[in-house]
Amino acid sequence: MVQTSDTVIAISGLTKTFASGVQALHGIDLDIRRGEIFALLGPNGAGKTTLISIVCGIVNPTSGTVRVNGHDIIREFRAARSSIGLVPQELSTDAFETVWATVNFSRGLFGKPRDHAYVERVLRDLSLWDKRDERIMALSGGMKRRLMIAKALSHEPGILFLDEPTAGVDVELRRDMWNLVRGLTDRGVTIILTTHYIEEAEEMADRVGVINHGELVVVDETSRLLERLGTKQLTLHLQQPLEAIPAELSGHGLELSADGLALTYTYDDRTDTGIAGLLRRLADHDIDFRSLQSRESSLEEIFVNLVRTNG
Amino acid sequence: MNVHAIKAIYRFEMARTARTLMQSIASPVLSTSLYFVVFGAAIGSRIGEIDGVNYGAFIVPGLMMLMILSESISNASFGIYFPKFSGTIYEVLSAPISSVEIVIGYVGAAATKSIILGLLILATSRLFVSYEIAHPLLMASFLVLTALTFSLFGFILGIWADGFEKLQIVPMLVVMPLTFLGGSFYSIDMLPPVWQTITLFNPVVYLISGFRWSFFGSADVSLFMSIAMTLGFMVLCLVVIGIIFRTGYKLKT
Repeated sequence: MVQTSDTVIAISGLTKTFASGVQALHGIDLDIRRGEIFALLGPNGAGKTTLISIVCGIVNPTSGTVRVNGHDIIREFRAARSSIGLVPQELSTDAFETVWATVNFSRGLFGKPRDHAYVERVLRDLSLWDKRDERIMALSGGMKRRLMIAKALSHEPGILFLDEPTAGVDVELRRDMWNLVRGLTDRGVTIILTTHYIEEAEEMADRVGVINHGELVVVDETSRLLERLGTKQLTLHLQQPLEAIPAELSGHGLELSADGLALTYTYDDRTDTGIAGLLRRLADHDIDFRSLQSRESSLEEIFVNLVRTNG
Repeated sequence: MNVHAIKAIYRFEMARTARTLMQSIASPVLSTSLYFVVFGAAIGSRIGEIDGVNYGAFIVPGLMMLMILSESISNASFGIYFPKFSGTIYEVLSAPISSVEIVIGYVGAAATKSIILGLLILATSRLFVSYEIAHPLLMASFLVLTALTFSLFGFILGIWADGFEKLQIVPMLVVMPLTFLGGSFYSIDMLPPVWQTITLFNPVVYLISGFRWSFFGSADVSLFMSIAMTLGFMVLCLVVIGIIFRTGYKLKT
């Protein structure tokens, strides 16, 4: 795999087999580009967390290499890890510590000298400044999640991993989280998030990698993925029910609903859609319609299809 | 060397002590005082002198060792076990720090606590008995060496433990009996000959004996033996910790 200068993480041939014999990852090859938001999408148990845990140094790989900014994560772990911030899925915190102490602890752990002004800014950005002297156990679930992000950002990382950032989070906080992530990319931070919410990947990510059973099924830009794997459909709601599709129209791949009141036409956006011709022919056959509606298949459908064919 | 990380861990651990001041400091001091009242005053007055040393003073080094051993083990084992238990260990594992730095941070803090405690006990016992320290420098070295060694041992225990019960079982079932039978409250000479021989297999005997030598200039076993045994145990602990980090045992999958 060719590494360009804007590759921030290069994963090649990465496998992981746990002591139990479970093979969690089968030869993952993946390059993350600097400054992008990359969503790792997959069902529970697909290997998302294992993959990011290896990159962050929490799980040992079985084989393969990972380079972060060109630094091998094992041989040059200091250089590799100091540019990474990790927000794990679980809300693991020291209940008795204060917000202020725990964020400063994280900063120190990553080898940075104290910088109260910077930590204050992080806490303010995350609306935690008022809570700085509170013990962590007094915080609500949403605030604890923001605190986890504050800890991960405490050492000014250039890469941020968010493992299921919005799992079990209410709608408002999810919006906040997305805004925060966008704000970070404006500052040049590369974001890798895992999610099993397709909506999240669709909304947030520049590129999406779909992972299932420890294999990357597809990696592509979100819009291209939608385009490449997505189909478009035109549904015509008819005035009068149709008993069957007229023989002359059978070549168009039309589908008739059970009640005979809706015709669905599936087409490909990139070539001649054939919509104009179809409508003309319908008029020729005196098939009138009340309304029409077109839709693109969502990432959700693409995902379900991919996982089904792959699984 | 990631000095900021070592400082962060050390500070964090010391802050934990400050939070649990009653439990960390007050309770060992209280129990030591009780030992002095019971063994020093009540029983000691009937015993008189051992090796020319007043019994009350004789038990001071042993009591200090008793406390330093058990506190070092419990401080260090809890210090590393708790992040494993709460899940916060992820942060330490993902940070740009080497295993050596992790050990320095956690073990250094645990040893500091038990050294402070040892000195507090030394000061407390002064309220009950009078004693003199013949070799203060040697005493201080023994204190530091023992605190470090058993904090290392506690660190291993904390990594090995996967439940609070396991965390308690070794200090309760192994360390406590070894210390009590290690000559904290008596001289080995006072035991029947067979037991004297058995006792020599107890490593704690060498610790207490060496420590007592630094106080009174006399002891059950030779000073050289004491130092060699303590250093030997320390090296053993360091080797085990080295293996733990090399293999990721119970830390990384």
